This record gives sequence, C-alpha cells and structure tokens, in this order.
Amino acid sequence: MGWATFFVQCLNALQYGLLLFLVASGLTLIFGIMGVINLAHGSFYMIGAYMAYALAPAVAATIGGGFFSTLAVGLVLAVALGYVLEWAFFSFLYEREHLQQVLMTYGLILVFEELRSILVGDEAHSVAPPEWLTGSIALGDLMSYPVYRLFISGVCLLLALGMYVVFAKTRLGMMIRAGASNREMVQSLGVDIKFLYRVVFAAGVAIAVLAGMVAAPVSSVYPGMGNQVLIICFVVVVIGGIGSIRGALLAALLIGLVDTFGKVIFPQAAGVLVYVLMALILLWKPDGLFKT
Amino acid sequence: MTGMPWGKQAFVAAAALALAVLPLLTGSFGIDLVTKIMIFAILALSLELLVGMTGLVCFGQAALFGLAGYAAVRLSPESDSASMWWLLPACIGVSGLYALFMGALSLRTKGVYFIMVTLAFAQMAYYVVHDTPLGGGTDGIYLYFKPTLAIGIWTIVDLDKPLPFYYLVLVCLLGVFAKLALLARSRFGRALAGIHANEQRMRAAGYSTYPYKLAAFVVSGCIAGLAGFLFAVKDGFVNPELLSWHQSGAVLIMIILGGLGHLRGAVLGAFAFTLLQELFQSEAVFGPFAKHWHLSLGLIIIAGVALLPNGLIGLPALVRQRLFGESK
Repeated sequence: MGWATFFVQCLNALQYGLLLFLVASGLTLIFGIMGVINLAHGSFYMIGAYMAYALAPAVAATIGGGFFSTLAVGLVLAVALGYVLEWAFFSFLYEREHLQQVLMTYGLILVFEELRSILVGDEAHSVAPPEWLTGSIALGDLMSYPVYRLFISGVCLLLALGMYVVFAKTRLGMMIRAGASNREMVQSLGVDIKFLYRVVFAAGVAIAVLAGMVAAPVSSVYPGMGNQVLIICFVVVVIGGIGSIRGALLAALLIGLVDTFGKVIFPQAAGVLVYVLMALILLWKPDGLFKT
Repeated sequence: MTGMPWGKQAFVAAAALALAVLPLLTGSFGIDLVTKIMIFAILALSLELLVGMTGLVCFGQAALFGLAGYAAVRLSPESDSASMWWLLPACIGVSGLYALFMGALSLRTKGVYFIMVTLAFAQMAYYVVHDTPLGGGTDGIYLYFKPTLAIGIWTIVDLDKPLPFYYLVLVCLLGVFAKLALLARSRFGRALAGIHANEQRMRAAGYSTYPYKLAAFVVSGCIAGLAGFLFAVKDGFVNPELLSWHQSGAVLIMIILGGLGHLRGAVLGAFAFTLLQELFQSEAVFGPFAKHWHLSLGLIIIAGVALLPNGLIGLPALVRQRLFGESK
C-alpha cells in the first residue's frame, strides 16, 4: 500500500466513522437519557436518504434553491416526525420493560420499511451530489479524492461540535444531563421533563435523518439500508459506553478505521472484524470505553 | 402461584392433543407449516430458558440454532445417510460447545452489553459459515441423504416422510416443554428464578451465580441445537440466514409477543408470529395488499404492545378483568 492509498483510506475511514457517529449519537442520546432501546433508529437514517432522493425535485419546483433548501425542508420534517412519534408511540414506553420497547420499535421498523415501499417503491436509486461539490482533488499522480466526501466529514464535524456546545455549555444541555441522571428530581425542580424528552427524541431523529440525507449521494438509496446501519450503530453505542457522546465519537472512528482497513487488508474477514473488536473491548471493559 | 393450576394443565393438554390430531384435518401444506412452527417453538423455548427464566437477554440464539443445522449437513457422509443415534448428539454437542464458549465470555457483561456481546459471537459464527469453505457461502448447502432413525434394520421413524417427521418434532417439542417445566420446579430452576429476581441477593445468600448462568446458557444452546438439527433435516438445506441476527431477533420477538416468564408463552408466541406472517402474506385473504404484509404485521405488533403489556398469555386475565372487574 503506497502512501497515497494509505492517505485516501484514512480519509475514507474518517468519513465513514463520522457518519456512523452521527447516527449513533442520536441512538446513544435516546438510550442514555430516556432509557429507550430504539430499534427504529436505523429507519430514520433510511428515511433521510429517501428524503434526499424524493424531496429534491419537489423542493426545487416549489421553493427553489438546491441542496441546502432540501436539507432544510428535510430537517423540519424530521423534527416534526420525531416530535409526533415520541408523543404517539414512545411516551408510554418509559415505564415498561426494555423488551417491550424492543418489540414496539421492531413493529415500527416493519411499518416504516413497508410505507417506504408503498410510497417510493423498491428500486435502488442514486442521488447526485450538488454540482459545486462534484469535483475531486488530485493526490499525487494517480489518486484523487472526491470533494463531496470531504464535505460529509466537514458537516459531521460541525454537528459533533454543535452537539458538544449544546450539551456542555447551554442551559438546555444542563437540563438534559440532569434529566438523564435523575428524572424525578429534575421534574420536582419544575422542569417539564416530558417536553424535554420530546425535544431530545426529535433532535435524535433529526440528526439521523440529516446523516441519511448527507450520505445519500455516496451510499445510494436502497431498501434495507436502515437495518444495515442499525446494528453497526448499536455496536458503536455499546463500545463507547451507553449515553456517552464522547465514547460514541471515539468508537465510531475506531470502527471506521477497522472496517475500512479490514476491507483492504483482510477482504475475506472484513465483516467479522468489527464484532471481534466489540467482543474484545467489552471483555476488557464490560461497560464500554466511557462509562457514564 | 394462585390462579388455576388445573386450567394451565388443561390448556397444555388440550394444545398437545390438538397438535396430535391436526395432521388428520389438514393437507400436506398444513403439516409442513405446523412442523416448521413447532421447530421454531422449540427454539423459542430454548430462549425462554435464558430470557424468561434467568433474565439473560441473548441476541445470538440463531447462531446456536444454525450451527447445529450446519453440523447436521457437514457431518453426514456425502453418499449415504447417517444414523441419527450419533448425528443428533453430535449436532447438539456442537451447539452446546459453542454455547459454552459464548456464555463463558459474554456472562462477564451485563444488561444491554450482554445483549450486544452475544450478538457479536453470533455474528462471528455467521461470518464463519458465510465466508469460509466450511459453510458453502450465501447459497447454503444441501443435505442429500436424510439421517435414519433405526434399531438394527427396523426403521422407527422415516424422516423422509412428512407425517412421521411431524410426530417426531411433536414428541421433541413436548419433551423439551416437559423438561423445562420440570427444570423450573427443580432446585436449579429455583436458583435461576432467584438470579432473575435479584442476582445481588442470590450472591449474598451464598450462591455462586456464574456457574448457574453458564449452565443455563449451555442447556439453552443444546435445545437450540436440537431445533437446528430438526430444521436442517426438515428442509434438507441450510443457509447462512439461519444464523443471521434477523433470525435471533425473530425468536426474541416470538417470546415477547407470547408473554415472558411462561413456557406456554414461548410456544404461543411462535405460533402467533408465524401464523400472522402467513395470514398477512396470503393473497386469498388480503388480495393485492398481501404484498405489503410487513405493514400489517408491524401494526399488529405495535397494537399488541400497546394493548397487551403481558403478551398473549396475559390476554385471558385482561379480558376477565375488563368483563367482570376482577382484580388480581
């Protein structure tokens, strides 16, 4: 492997890891703060990707503008979706056992996949990146790297930074952290915990949808894409330590590296490496890297 | 343990009787379907031992199921049938050994971490059969000669014929059910129930809980292995999908749907889940909408969670409560 290849693979690993982090961060938030195992989280990623495909023509025709107005419309829809879903399906699950939540969210996966099939069909689609991001940067004589992938990494980094600021520096973040450690206490201090949960859930959904929309031009859009990302995201959440955003970031980057270089160095065993990594880490640290 | 113990037993006896006479009433389609469901019911019972009785949520049961299936195909000679007398114990042994390995390591973790570590070990097994020459890739491998069950030259059960095979599976299901019911009443079962309720207290009471949990894991693996063996023999075919996490998830869904903490719930859940799938897929009932059976299944599962917090097994109590205002 030459230096240029190595460098390109590093960028790929970074981009994949950051994307995983975006989806997994919503999962770990909902899990850590609300205590809900949300199997349907992968579906939100899928919904995002399909939004990037299906909304773009409609948005271009009505509002005008290109990629960013599609992103904005998608985000608004995602927040609304998350808010309504929390109200309709999740708000009564907090008191129930984890396994009831598993069953409910499994049902939601089936419903989302089938609605997608009814509304958009079962074909795979490709999504074109915005025109000003289509080029690539030359690396040495033979290699080049697409600008759009750099753009994805940039967006993910910005969002990660934004999340850090909201959590560590704002009053809302403080209330959310307090709510995670003691629900009753926060409630008795006069914070509307139900509303807080709804906000967290909506934010988690919006981040996953955004990840799907941003990833669509690279990964293309196909049925079942949500389930594929779901299990890997659970791996990320568990390696990082449930509820830890910092852990999720580190774990996602680690998995990005292992998966990308695994595919290059041991193509036969690429699939299993991630799970071997998880098993090893959890046997070493049974509560994940960053226990919260 | 109040309520109606005779009602429970009557229910189990009636269900066993119904399954015994069912082949007289249905055609070959019904026999095939119910055979498949009963195999899944055995698998569901194996998971119930872990989840319902011990409180260990295992998300890798499909690996134990599939490995025995693969063992059944791989250990059979290529141009002859194997004798079930040694093939079945060998297949169960393969699953039991993998369960020992998986359990010994993953029991170091707890809660959601345990769920994910068992998933990781299941995925490892999945990739072994999927990507190495042992397994035969995505397409799976065929079992050309079904094993024989014979004493000397006298064949007890001809596994090639659907009807005798149906009864063999039924006997296995009843046997596993009875074994687990006895186990739950034994000292061992009581210890598992104690671990489920409060592991800390069990330790304080002087129990070393790890060996109990590991033993439960291995027994569960052996039962899953029995189910996997039967599945491979039924279809004469195995593929990596048997070991996939979707399969582990489906079994988990079955026992939650049926109602955790009851052996009947696991069997009921296996029947309900598979029959609902068949129902919603049937074009005779739903017409063109049958294509979208996932939607109907998903909606009914969501409705089930919302309305039946204790699973299907809690339905009679719920109805009694609504109709007569009886409270527990």
